[in-house]
Amino acid sequence: MALKGLDIFKLSPKKNCKECGSPTCMAFSMKVAQGTVSIDACPYFSEDAKTAMREAAAPPMKTIKVGTGDQQYVLGGETVLFRHEKTFVNKTRYAVALCSSMDDAVIEEKLAAIEKVDYDRIGERMFVEMVYVNYDPKSGAVKYMELVKKAAGLNRVLILGVEDPEVARTALDLCKDSKPILNGANASNYEEMNAVAAGAGVALGVSGENDSELYDTLAALEKLGNKNLLFNANTDSIKAAYATTVQYRRAAIKDNDRTCGYPSIVNVAKLARGDNHLQAALLAAFTMKYGSILVADHLDYAEALPLYGIRQNVFTDPQKPMKVEPGIYPINGGDENAICLTTVDFALTYFVVSGELERSGVPCNLIVNDAGGLSVLTSWAAGKFSSSSIAKFFEEQDIAGKIKCRKLCIPGKVAALKGELEAKMPDWEIIVAPKEAVQLVKFLKDMQ
Amino acid sequence: MPFTAKSGKFNASIRSLTIGIGDKAITLGGECVLPFYSFDAAIENAPKVGIEITDCGMAAEPESVQKYYEGCTSVTDMAKRAAEFDGVDFLSLRLEGGDPNGLNKSIEELIRIVKDVAAAVDLPLVVCGCKSEKKDEELLSKAAEVLNGKNALLLAAKEENYKTVGAAGLACKQVVGAESSVDINLAKQLNVLLTQSGVDPQAIAMNIGSAAAGYGFEYVISTMDRIKAAALSQGDAALQMPIITPVACEVWSVKEVIASESDIPEWGSAKERGIDMEVETATAVLFSGSDAVILKHPESVATISKLIKELV
Repeated sequence: MALKGLDIFKLSPKKNCKECGSPTCMAFSMKVAQGTVSIDACPYFSEDAKTAMREAAAPPMKTIKVGTGDQQYVLGGETVLFRHEKTFVNKTRYAVALCSSMDDAVIEEKLAAIEKVDYDRIGERMFVEMVYVNYDPKSGAVKYMELVKKAAGLNRVLILGVEDPEVARTALDLCKDSKPILNGANASNYEEMNAVAAGAGVALGVSGENDSELYDTLAALEKLGNKNLLFNANTDSIKAAYATTVQYRRAAIKDNDRTCGYPSIVNVAKLARGDNHLQAALLAAFTMKYGSILVADHLDYAEALPLYGIRQNVFTDPQKPMKVEPGIYPINGGDENAICLTTVDFALTYFVVSGELERSGVPCNLIVNDAGGLSVLTSWAAGKFSSSSIAKFFEEQDIAGKIKCRKLCIPGKVAALKGELEAKMPDWEIIVAPKEAVQLVKFLKDMQ
Repeated sequence: MPFTAKSGKFNASIRSLTIGIGDKAITLGGECVLPFYSFDAAIENAPKVGIEITDCGMAAEPESVQKYYEGCTSVTDMAKRAAEFDGVDFLSLRLEGGDPNGLNKSIEELIRIVKDVAAAVDLPLVVCGCKSEKKDEELLSKAAEVLNGKNALLLAAKEENYKTVGAAGLACKQVVGAESSVDINLAKQLNVLLTQSGVDPQAIAMNIGSAAAGYGFEYVISTMDRIKAAALSQGDAALQMPIITPVACEVWSVKEVIASESDIPEWGSAKERGIDMEVETATAVLFSGSDAVILKHPESVATISKLIKELV
């Protein structure tokens, strides 16, 4: 929330010395509030006042960075409760859980399974970004350290599930440079855990018996000066977990309660209690409503394909449409002799059209134009999908050199382009396809 | 200092709408909070789960669904079996065989099936038309007639045929589904038009359109979010109808589900892919504000039903 000029004036030195270039402190404060002048222009503003101001002006939800290098992730930092109000900025991340109580064989199997899901969807790499390494006191610290080392070999962000400060310290000695998350502070150990986390420079995950105890522990840690925190949603029941994520996010963003403004960890594996399909449902649910890190028992393709799709959709900026890479997309084994169809690079158009083409079973080439990520009619109206842009795109991409077939279908909604295209691309037979994608199956089958 | 959350209960609420008759009748809507926000106020009626079969019987079902209907020789048999599955609140009969671009079955043939199914089960019924708005005028009108007294849901009246379908619902006392395509303005307009043509707003359910997870689903989320905001926080009476979302017809045709195990072996079991796509899409639709979902796979139905019970 932005500070008002008067709030700033209250903290100002009130000397009217003009050294900042403004005639009075009041005028200076007003300019700072508008953002036209930096607070640093005044030499007399105390450091405390500056810190207080920065904090008051900071977004209600903290932005926490974990991991390093290409495995660094930004969590939290949201400013709205619904994507249509502006946009969500930092994606939900997924972790698979390992525990030192597991047999070596099980662990090997799980480690291998984590690496299996790894694919590209509209320019985004989809994989399990984090590994949750849980400490089982009965199996001992030595076994845990071995597990941490093994898990670190995957080169994913580690989340260390440890409540014992000594074990946590030893584990962090092994992996603190990769900036893991230490998830293990609670009402009884938070002081020691805080020292361990702060010493290693890593984010600290906090849990509570209930939402009030959690709140108090978060507040106590803030008092100790630690704001590099995450909180765990209650795991007593699905209902309780949902209550934590929604109420904390709402308190932070709507009511400006910063103690609630940290990214959340939801242990979906615990909530699903071994029911795989229920786990799939919960992963979708907490991606929709305010989970920052979701911990799953496992994640295979069946669960991942819809899940990463939902995540991509939820976190798309409503002001920037999703785009696919322009180029030739062969469908149903379409080769250089297969019929060509052309459309725009708006992701939704691509999905709908390619889906229908696949359903038709007819081998073909879908040629996706660079139309600024707009739909057919919008890009046509904006001049980004015209006979010249299509002709130019075909030339740039050397489509005629790559494909021998000279039949090109254009979307029915831009049937008006037929004549111009025939003039600009005389080698091609231009065919007007139906207006709606659903009619493509019949259209292609009839043409054969 | 304990954490005290402010309540997000609204003064307005979603209209309650009953489908079906007798002990098995279900009520949709009634809530004055956002989806599953039971910590704000009690949720009047838990969202409901329907199972879908079609007039094409076993032939139209994916392999993993067929197993559940083993031994069924008619659509009626399937309806009876479907009514027994765990978590099923209502039955949806999709008359897709009527599609003029598909099998183009006659209206008489389809209506016979509607009649037989209605006689065989006592669950609340949803009748979904074929893909042609024109044919649906007669098809859904006839369906409304033969279902007289059943308080069924006709899915759906669209911009092109709302007058006829709405009138049929009104004349035969059925619930009318208003179908729009993922646009809050179109959804509102259709509700207004239906109401103006005489349909009681208490007898309208909305199908605001859907998509499979990953397929432009962001529009579904934001349209539902905005509809709920208009209905609850601004008290817009033209958008307070409960939402019912057919999920099955969206998800079982996407690549992630239909790709065969031999084509993309690393994706694994086609059965699991189908169920998870259906389960995750249904969950996302419910968390966006749908009051009912229509699914196909009995395991999806059981899972979503379990999820709802845990949350309400």
